Amino acid sequence: MTTMQPAEAVFVPDRPLMEVWRMFIANKAAVFGLVLWAFIVLTAFLGPMVYTVDPFDLVGAPMSPPGEELLLGTDYLGRDILAGIIHGASVTLAIGFAATAFTVIIGIIIGVLAGYYGGWVDNLLMRFTEFFQVLPALLFAMVLVALFSPSIYLIVLAIAVVSWTGIARLTRAEFMKIKEREYVMAERAMGAGNLRIMWQIILPNSLPPLIVTMALSVGVSILFEAALSFLGLGDPNAYSWGYMIGSSREYIWESWWSVTFPGFAIFLTVLGISLIGDGLNDALNPKLRRL
Amino acid sequence: MSAQPLLKVDNLKTHFTLSKPHPFATPQVVYAVDGINFEIERGKTFGLVGESGCGKSTTALSVLRLVEPTSGSVVLKDTDVCQLNRKELQRFRGNMQIVFQDPYSSMNPRATAGEIIRSPLKILKIGTAQEQHDRVGELLKLVGLRPEQRNLFPHQFSGGQRQRICVARALAPNPDFIVCDEPVSALDVAIQSQILNLLVRLQKELNLTYLFISHDMAVVQHICDDIAVMYLGKIVEKADRRSLFMDVKHPYTQALLSAVPTIDVELQQKATHLEGDVPSPIDPPSGCYFHPRCPRAEARCVKEEPLLREILPNHWAACHLI
Amino acid sequence: MSQKPLLQVKGLCVEFSTRRGNVQVLNHLDLHLDPGEALGIVGESGCGKSMTALSIMQLIPVPPGNISAGQILLNDTDLLQLSEKHMQDIRGNDISMIFQEPMTSLNPVFTVGTQVSENIRRHQSATRAQAREKTIQILEAVGIPVPELRIHQYPHELSGGMRQRVMIAMALCCQPQVLIADEPTTALDVTIQAQIFDLLRQIQTEMGTAVILITHDMSVIAEFADRVVVMYAGSKVEEGMVRDIIDTPRHPYTRGLISCVPFLKKDPGTEREELNEIPGVVPDMSQLGVGCSFAPRCNYVMEKCYLEKPPEVRLGDNHHAHCWYVEEAK
Repeated sequence: MTTMQPAEAVFVPDRPLMEVWRMFIANKAAVFGLVLWAFIVLTAFLGPMVYTVDPFDLVGAPMSPPGEELLLGTDYLGRDILAGIIHGASVTLAIGFAATAFTVIIGIIIGVLAGYYGGWVDNLLMRFTEFFQVLPALLFAMVLVALFSPSIYLIVLAIAVVSWTGIARLTRAEFMKIKEREYVMAERAMGAGNLRIMWQIILPNSLPPLIVTMALSVGVSILFEAALSFLGLGDPNAYSWGYMIGSSREYIWESWWSVTFPGFAIFLTVLGISLIGDGLNDALNPKLRRL
Repeated sequence: MSAQPLLKVDNLKTHFTLSKPHPFATPQVVYAVDGINFEIERGKTFGLVGESGCGKSTTALSVLRLVEPTSGSVVLKDTDVCQLNRKELQRFRGNMQIVFQDPYSSMNPRATAGEIIRSPLKILKIGTAQEQHDRVGELLKLVGLRPEQRNLFPHQFSGGQRQRICVARALAPNPDFIVCDEPVSALDVAIQSQILNLLVRLQKELNLTYLFISHDMAVVQHICDDIAVMYLGKIVEKADRRSLFMDVKHPYTQALLSAVPTIDVELQQKATHLEGDVPSPIDPPSGCYFHPRCPRAEARCVKEEPLLREILPNHWAACHLI
Repeated sequence: MSQKPLLQVKGLCVEFSTRRGNVQVLNHLDLHLDPGEALGIVGESGCGKSMTALSIMQLIPVPPGNISAGQILLNDTDLLQLSEKHMQDIRGNDISMIFQEPMTSLNPVFTVGTQVSENIRRHQSATRAQAREKTIQILEAVGIPVPELRIHQYPHELSGGMRQRVMIAMALCCQPQVLIADEPTTALDVTIQAQIFDLLRQIQTEMGTAVILITHDMSVIAEFADRVVVMYAGSKVEEGMVRDIIDTPRHPYTRGLISCVPFLKKDPGTEREELNEIPGVVPDMSQLGVGCSFAPRCNYVMEKCYLEKPPEVRLGDNHHAHCWYVEEAK
């Protein structure tokens, strides 16, 4: 009885990622969001090759209603709305992703430092974060864009500057929770330094809630850009959906279609990413997993 | 203890200052470890036993400087661990390792068993990638697992297997000294003996030295050569295992032993049980910390703190009444 | 067994539906509890001992759980036939339960006094003042010093031992016939554990409450229980009086369980002897074969063990084991 016998592994469930995927696709709304997004991303990449009309070109009579000359009609200058939606997809998505990327970079760096070191570092960084939190986001972004000439880069930056605080607070909270885990102590016992513990151990373990927030942040950034454009602070050289709405704002009574279709495109995009975010939230939350 | 001890802990103190409720409050200090001395010879197991809050785990973590001690010295071989700077300490960690209580929570859930065992080698830059790979296979075999199991994740193992992985990880950099912080308390009874036997076998094969932390008197009695009983941050009794159990001196040790459930009918009958709870280490009682619960306390015990004295050869106790 | 048992569990089967199919967590379990007796149920985690307690209380989450067969008789009433409303009367009044972690079992936002007196008022008609008085009495009875002050404290202000005493007080306030204690001291220190067991023993002898103690620790059973049931993988493997089981365990699992744990000895000796091991791990409950579920880990395993459920072998008045090896040896 005393001989050591290599014991069998009791059960072998799937790898964690497979488990998440299985949970995700079991959620109908999330799958709908994913399909929606697949369609939008496909449009953004392949659409301009298929539908080659330049959205800036004046191709028809101004304000021709949908179905007469062109499928979705034209705006007040006679530009093709469908071309705008197809070509605007990539610009809109790019703004959404770029703004989120900046948001995440700023938010994670500040959150990681505050959460990991705590003490006065945390105090300082959190007061700094609160300063940004109490500013009215849209107003602050407007000021930033208005001070300089509105370019797409500035808009992305402005969106990031006003929206990183959520990610920072979330990262900090996750770090404060996970740094108390025993495996972090175990890493230190092996001689690991702060950098390894921060970036290779704690960060990957705090990703699940961050991923959800990042997904939602893409939607929020797209809405933000639309809002800025609507207020006339969009980049006139970047044909985004927001720009379409902004430029046709004054003609909303005469040509409802020039605002409604891009608005609907934004609605579907944000809806899709929100559904995906919700699905991820459920799939990544181990408490909701079935036995 | 004529031979040079492998580990010598001298007057180790670890105090924590609690955060103040308002800026003018007097800071409250927890005397978690308050002046501990012990030595461990090479190849021996030293047990620290006591109830929760007695400071045994803090002692273990302070010895490894995973918690920064307030004062005192910890000399492992010829190095005073307390004097090392951060870089030196990180490099020195290969000589002293730890096995935690809960194997699941002490492993990165996103890493495979192989990555977990390999990580100390990677961090300490021991060997080439191929050598590290081979070493992981060797270690898995050493702790009674199969090298193919290196690709599984922690949640795919049973509790006992997980603790084997943690033992393998601790062994990876070839340490002389391992702290075992309640290594079997989170395991099922039938698995405890597997891990205890594994620790004993490894100690013999690799000439390891253990500092064994436990609340379980029976486990400590089984595995340790020398034992110290702690109460509120201090050692109240210290002796080799035979003399401690055959000739208990301190009333607290007696109480602790009589509280342990046992299948031995003879031991069951003379049980007398302590009253009250362990006092808070923030505001410990005056004099002997044990006097409010001690059945034999006298006036002197309330006023004067007893010192740890050598009562019999190599049998120390801190009590006025002996 | 001259008297009529207070509580009888007959052929109890409990299933849980999981993604990997139905798992039988309790497999034709038979138990009985005599009035005023202390019964121990011992086994490793996952052996179904807590599930037995929850089934008796009917606190199994349904779904995924499901009691698929059997009877639970309390004084001839089959609890499984009762409505949930009726069962709520039984819980707390006739059968009470205390859990492992007293912190999570108490509501953190109410004082302990409120919680105990609410519990009294739920089951008995009493005015607020009467309930308060009764609360103080019962807290005093479970050994809480100065209960007049303690009733105004919140759970986090009490130590673990004190919280467990409050839980016991709540369980006892209607003088139940059966008290189920599910690992009541696992979260506590040994000196506190000893106090809690002194208290439970006092309750058992003075109030005549029958106690079912669920634990993984054979030495706790040895100190506290009169009779013991050893469980493995959802089935009973051996049953008998505590001294019989500890001095002459017959089932290989019981033997392993007793010999693999270090017990405190008066003289530890100078040499360290090796502990016995039960090789392997508890089986996956969804993958149990037809035969004896302990067979893969058993040192006395025979071919028959894999093929057929082991029979109940009577070894004495109250002692029996479920094992082919014991059957052969007899």
